[in-house]
Amino acid sequence: MTLVASAAPQTTSSQGRRLPDRLDKPFRSALLSWEMLLVLIVVAIFVVNSFASPYFLDPWSLSDLSFNFTEKGLIALAMALLIISGEIDLSVAAIMALGSTLMGMAAEAGIATPGLVAIGIGTGLACGAFNGVLVTKLGLPSIVVTIGTMSLFRGLAFIILGDQAYKNYPADFAFFGQGYVAWVFSFELVLFVVAALVFWFLLHRTNFGRRVFTIGNNPIAAQFSGVRVERIKFVLFCLTGLMAGIASVLITSRLGSTRPSIAQGYELEVITMAVLGGVSILGGSGSILGVVLAAVIMGLVTFGLGLLNVPGIVMSIVIGVLLISVIALPILWNRYGPRKAF
Amino acid sequence: MNAQASISAAAPAVADPAPRLVLDGIAKSFPGVRALKSVGLKLYPGQVTALIGENGAGKSTLVKILTGIYQPDAGTISVGGEAVTLGSAHRAFELGITAIHQETVLFDELSVAENIFLGHAPRNRWGMLDWRQMRARAREVLGRMHAGHLDPDTRLKDLGIANKHLVAVARALSIDASVVIMDEPTAALSAKEIEELYELIELLKAQGKTILFISHKFDEIYRIADRYTVFRDGEMVGEGVLAGTPQSTIVRMMVGRAVDQIFPERTPRLGAPVLSVQGLSHPTEFEDIGFELHQGEILGFYGLVGAGRSEVMQALFGTTPTSGGTITLEGKRLTPRSAAEAIEAGIVYVPEERGRQGIVADMPIFKNVSLPSLKRTSRSGVLQLKNEFDLARTYTERLDLRAASLSQNAGNLSGGNQQKVVIAKWLATKPKVIILDEPTKGIDIGSKAAVHAFMAELVAEGLAVIMVSSEIPEVMGMSDRVVVMREGRMVKTFTREECSAESLVQTAAGIAA
Repeated sequence: MTLVASAAPQTTSSQGRRLPDRLDKPFRSALLSWEMLLVLIVVAIFVVNSFASPYFLDPWSLSDLSFNFTEKGLIALAMALLIISGEIDLSVAAIMALGSTLMGMAAEAGIATPGLVAIGIGTGLACGAFNGVLVTKLGLPSIVVTIGTMSLFRGLAFIILGDQAYKNYPADFAFFGQGYVAWVFSFELVLFVVAALVFWFLLHRTNFGRRVFTIGNNPIAAQFSGVRVERIKFVLFCLTGLMAGIASVLITSRLGSTRPSIAQGYELEVITMAVLGGVSILGGSGSILGVVLAAVIMGLVTFGLGLLNVPGIVMSIVIGVLLISVIALPILWNRYGPRKAF
Repeated sequence: MNAQASISAAAPAVADPAPRLVLDGIAKSFPGVRALKSVGLKLYPGQVTALIGENGAGKSTLVKILTGIYQPDAGTISVGGEAVTLGSAHRAFELGITAIHQETVLFDELSVAENIFLGHAPRNRWGMLDWRQMRARAREVLGRMHAGHLDPDTRLKDLGIANKHLVAVARALSIDASVVIMDEPTAALSAKEIEELYELIELLKAQGKTILFISHKFDEIYRIADRYTVFRDGEMVGEGVLAGTPQSTIVRMMVGRAVDQIFPERTPRLGAPVLSVQGLSHPTEFEDIGFELHQGEILGFYGLVGAGRSEVMQALFGTTPTSGGTITLEGKRLTPRSAAEAIEAGIVYVPEERGRQGIVADMPIFKNVSLPSLKRTSRSGVLQLKNEFDLARTYTERLDLRAASLSQNAGNLSGGNQQKVVIAKWLATKPKVIILDEPTKGIDIGSKAAVHAFMAELVAEGLAVIMVSSEIPEVMGMSDRVVVMREGRMVKTFTREECSAESLVQTAAGIAA
């Protein structure tokens, strides 16, 4: 009733009833959004940490901190789109391991840096395409397919490497994970910011992004409206694989060595980033801004725990609790919180 | 013929004992629709009463009220002379009312015996399930209905549909149900299985059970029922003893004397043929479909539910595969393999299942409308919201959409306004052929009239329209020609002058006129 009343003034025009574009106030809904909550959390962590440690706000320690989330964050950007479309990819960490292993092999064989990068990225793309074909052509559920390929890809890495490690990377290969573009801004951080802008544009400003949201909301109606659902899902799996390939180049370059257990457990942190960022695990909604904020929060949390000398297993418990609560929270938020019209 | 014989056999039973179940003044409304307006129904023990009516007459709503799933808005129900409230499915079950549906609601993973005794299984003195007694009693019940060939330990999913019906009936017998509702029980059965079902019904009758039999098929009704009750548009329009009542009388009751809705006046001006379909076939759903559609024409498709009409339409729209035949659009061969290809070519489809296939409920109106037109509203793949709003406003205003704003979620609109969003979406693609599948199903009278007026406007502008409808007044009021389908085949095509309500119903049900 109140909605109709506020639309009333426009009906007085001689043209007859005119439907307004929107009624909600963009400023007010932005204030009440999930992203705003994340911003508050980021600010709170900063305030607390800067009181706790005088070195926290030092540009170089913040720069070091960013390495905690850039690699996973890059994958989370693509994962967000995939989850919004109603699918998921649990094999991303295994793709990183396989990519790293193949790069290590190539480096042993004397292939130079450009070739290694192409192999890492190519491996990611191929693995993503493989997942995509299994899901869209054979109609298998993505959670099952990617649990399978998770074992498959990492299993291949183990077969190739055994309990050894590749360490003979060319010197200039170190730039991607250890280099700085300018002052404190690492190559990884700059790449993450650029990728975030690209994915923000893709998801929120293009036809492709609109179709991704539509598929996640109602795949059947989307198909009946002429959206090529399978094709878009395939592209999303390829994109996720591609980002995992890029992440495998970064982590290999940063560590300078490859073991088959590299990036173990990363898939859960990546998914936690996406879901904490407000991406609905049921598909259909989410935003890149939220994912970027969530990546920063995850980075701050793991960095903070690291400073406190918390052992790895506790870290894993924290991630687990965080994952469950961020899946529950947005659902409760949507059920009881203010409704968003967009 | 053979129907006649069974009537005379059943006739002596038709004395009038006290009715077992009486409904009086039952009414039920859903948002925008009055499904039942004060209906009455009497069911007698030892007799089969057939409930007859078109799709949407209110039969399934009544079944759901009788089984405690829906609560009536008004009216009384009495069982065995006592007024009762069927507050839940469990309460209806306690009162001995049980239903056997077209798709039986049993549990595939459980055994025959478990399905029969679910909720009232025999227990031993420790309160545990008494499996031995359960099996023995299941065997006894199955034996009573000459279904001894069923092993109580078989899992239900290993049985065919006919045997599943037997289990459902055994369940009814095991609780000593006094009222058995059969909702189109023969829909999935073979001729032999149907005969077996008839025998079972006779057996139930002999045991004094009260049976409500819902069917679209007249031969079945005359074969098995003693009495009839006819529903039309949520009202009871006639009842009586079946013996001696000719089919034509019942058909007249079903369709009503006059088409009392007002449809837009129009003088059809047929242009060149737009769409030509020849020999279109599907492995199981339809066969040898052929017709021609002209500019400015509304071609109606009438038939019973399951006659294959929607499947044909979805084949034209590229979402159902075909096994043969040709589709020609404006002289060009077309084999759409996806909705995207059909839309590209100029064929669009307003689906019957609006909520599932038509709208994206959690997205705003303007995004729903612009979805298939994004190529036109965007600039090199980049969204242009202003163009989308303009497009959505242009087409929704033509349809007089009632909404607060274009950013309101489509799912929050009434059924009629949701349908307007779907139609606006398709008009925005500037189609050549628009297929409407049950375009006014479940929407209020006002929106119905708006959709009808708009269809008339569209054909006046030279668009070609195919309308699938199960509503006789709508088919007759809107169509220039009517194709009647039955069991996946085109039976007959009527011109506007030839078609009468009786002839349509009879052709669709397979009764020789």
